[in-house]
Amino acid sequence: MTALDVRDLTVAYPQAHGRPFRAVERLSFSLRAGRTLALVGESGSGKSSVLKALSRLVRPAEGSILLDGREGVRGREYRRAVQMVFQDPFASLNPSHTVDHHLRRPLLATGRARRGAEADEAVAALLRQVNLTPAADVARKRPHELSGGQRQRVAIARALAPEPAVLLADEPVSMLDVSIRLEILNLLDRLKRERDLALLYVTHDLATARHFSSEIMVMYRGEVVERGPSDEVILDPRHPYTRLLAAAAPRTGASREEVREARRVRLESRARRDAERREVVVGEGCRFRPRCPFAMDSCARRPPEVQVAPPPDGDGGTGHRALCWLYADPAAAAGALPAAGPAAAVPPHRAAP
Amino acid sequence: MTTADITSADATHAPVPAAALPAGPSGGGPGARLAAAWRTVRRSRRLSAGLALIALFLLTAAVGPLLATDPQGFGTDLSQPPSGAHWLGTTQTGQDVFDQLMVSTRTSLLIGFAAALAATAISVVIGIGGGFLGGWSDEALSLLSNVFLVIPGLPLVIVISSYTKGGSLLATIGVIAFTSWAASARVLRAQTLSLRTRDYVLAARLYGERRWRIVLVEILPNEAAIIVSQFIFAVIFAILTQAGLAFLGLQNPSDLTWGNMLYFAQNADALSGGAWWWFVPPGLCIAVFGAAMSLVSFGLDEVLDPRLRVYRPARRGRAGRQRTAPRRTAPQQQAARRQEADR
Repeated sequence: MTALDVRDLTVAYPQAHGRPFRAVERLSFSLRAGRTLALVGESGSGKSSVLKALSRLVRPAEGSILLDGREGVRGREYRRAVQMVFQDPFASLNPSHTVDHHLRRPLLATGRARRGAEADEAVAALLRQVNLTPAADVARKRPHELSGGQRQRVAIARALAPEPAVLLADEPVSMLDVSIRLEILNLLDRLKRERDLALLYVTHDLATARHFSSEIMVMYRGEVVERGPSDEVILDPRHPYTRLLAAAAPRTGASREEVREARRVRLESRARRDAERREVVVGEGCRFRPRCPFAMDSCARRPPEVQVAPPPDGDGGTGHRALCWLYADPAAAAGALPAAGPAAAVPPHRAAP
Repeated sequence: MTTADITSADATHAPVPAAALPAGPSGGGPGARLAAAWRTVRRSRRLSAGLALIALFLLTAAVGPLLATDPQGFGTDLSQPPSGAHWLGTTQTGQDVFDQLMVSTRTSLLIGFAAALAATAISVVIGIGGGFLGGWSDEALSLLSNVFLVIPGLPLVIVISSYTKGGSLLATIGVIAFTSWAASARVLRAQTLSLRTRDYVLAARLYGERRWRIVLVEILPNEAAIIVSQFIFAVIFAILTQAGLAFLGLQNPSDLTWGNMLYFAQNADALSGGAWWWFVPPGLCIAVFGAAMSLVSFGLDEVLDPRLRVYRPARRGRAGRQRTAPRRTAPQQQAARRQEADR
C-alpha cells in the first residue's frame, strides 16, 4: 500500500540574482508501508531538499505530495503521519530539556496521549522500544549525559511518538561511531517491520543502502538518474554516474592498488564537482554530461528514463531504470558501452596505467 | 544488550554532575534543588563573593530605612567628621550621612532593578520576537532597535528627564529602561536567528508544536545565560545613569539616592572643603555594588560554562592531602613525570 506518493516534485530556492535555483527537478516516487527506499547521492545532489519538502519545512515550487492518495492534507494530520530523524543527534536534541520532555511534547502536541499517567506510560514505552532501559532513569537525563548512539535513539523515539506512517531518515548514522551504526540501522529496520512504517533512508553510503533498503534511487543534481531494486542498482549499475559512485567506494577486501585507484577517482570527481557546482546547466541536456565518460551528441537533449534490465518474464521487469541515452538507442549503446560491473566505471582511457 | 548495561551503570553516578548545574535535575524536591544551587554557588569564589555583597546591599535596602532616624532632618552638628553619634559624620546642614545612605540604598537599588527588569523585558520581546518571526516584522523591529542604538543615550535621557522635571520615581525608571534596551535586543535577535534553525527547533515544528511554545520552551531557555548577564549589566547601567542624572541635577532632589547625595555634596563644595565622609560613602556604594554585580555575572559564566572553570582543589582537601598523602619516592616521581610527558 502506498503511504506517500510524490509526483513531479520540484524544489526551488530564490537566488539573489537570476532565476531561482532548482535543487530538485520533477522527482516522482512513492513510499510503501513496510518498505525502505534509499535515496543516494553526493552532497549537493538535492537529497536534503527532498526531505525538507516532504517534511513541509519548505514549500515545493511544483508537484504534489499525496498522503494515502490525498493531496493537501491538513497540517496537523500530515505532521502525525510524516516524521523525520535528523542527521546530527548532537544538534537535534534541545540541550536544556530532559529526554522525558523530548518525548512527552510530541505525544501531547499530536494528541497521542493525555497529560499525566497516560503520557508517563507512553514515554516509557517509547524508550523501551528503542532499547533505552531502564526507561525511568533515561527519561530524567539531559542530552549531554547521553552518548551519540543513545541520543540518536531518543531522536528516533521522538519521531515515533506521533505514530507516523512515514519516517524520513536523513543520514541517521553518518554522525555516529562506526561501531554503533549497525545497531541503529537494525533498530530502524526492526521498527519499520513492527510498525509497518514507510521508510525513506537518505544516505551516501552505498553499502548500508543496499543492505537496509529494498529499492534505491540515485540522485544527481536534483534528478534521479537511476532507480531500481537495491541489489541490481549496486551490483549492476547502469548509469555512468552510479558506476562512478560504486567505483569510488572501496570494498573492505580491496587490495592496496584498488584502494589507491578508488581514492584517485574520488578526488578527481570531487575536484570536478566543485568546479561544476558554479556552472549553470544550459538547456535540457543530461546534467551528468560534463563528467560522463560516455558523453555523446544526443546527450545535449533531455535523456529518457529507460528500462535497463531485460524483463525476466515479460512482466514489466524489475523496475530498474536509468535516465540515460545509452540505453535508449541500442545501436549507440552497443558501440559505446563496455561490459557492465563496477570495475567498468573507470573510463577506459583513464584506467590505462 | 549493551545499551542497557551502559545506562544502568550511568544511573548510579550520573546525577552528580547534573545536580551541580543550577537548573538542577528534573527529579527531587525543592530541598534537593536548593542544596544543588548552594553547591553551585560554593563552586565559584567570584559568585559567592558577589552574591554575599549583593545580599548585604539588599538587606540594607530592606531594613536600613527602618533604622534611619529622619535622614532629611537638620541637626545642630554641622559638617562633623565620623563619630560615635554620627557614624558617617554629618552634612553641611547637619543631616546624618549614615541615615541618608540607608535610605538612598533602597531608592537606588529600586531604580536599578526596576529599570533593568523593564529594559530586559523590552529587549526579550523585541529581540527574540523579531529574530523568530523573521521577514517584515524582523525588519521593522531591528530598524527600531538600530534607531535606539544610534540615538545618543545620555542626551536623550537628559532631555526627557528635564521635560519630566525630575518627575516621579516611575518616570526615572521609565526613561532609563526606554533608552537602554536596544543593545541587548540586537544580541538576542542574533542568537535567536541562530537557534531558530537548529534541528531541535525544526523537530518541534515537525511534530506541530505551537509557535509561542517553540519560542518560550524550546528557544528561550537556551538564551537564559545571555538574558541573565544582560540583566545584571542593565542593573549597573541603570544605577550609574540615575547617579549621573542626579549629579547633573536632573532628578527630583527630595528623593534620596546615591546620586542625589553626590549632587548635594558637590553643591556644598564637600570635595574642596575636605568633607570626604560626605561623598566617599555613596561613591563607594556605587562602585562596590557595580563590582558585586559583575562578580556575579562572571561567576555565573564560570559555573554555567565548564570551559571557563578554573580547576581548584577544595581548600580543606589540599591541606589534608599534603599531610596524609604518602610521600612519593624518587623513582615513582620520575615515572609520574614520564606519564605527564607522554600525555
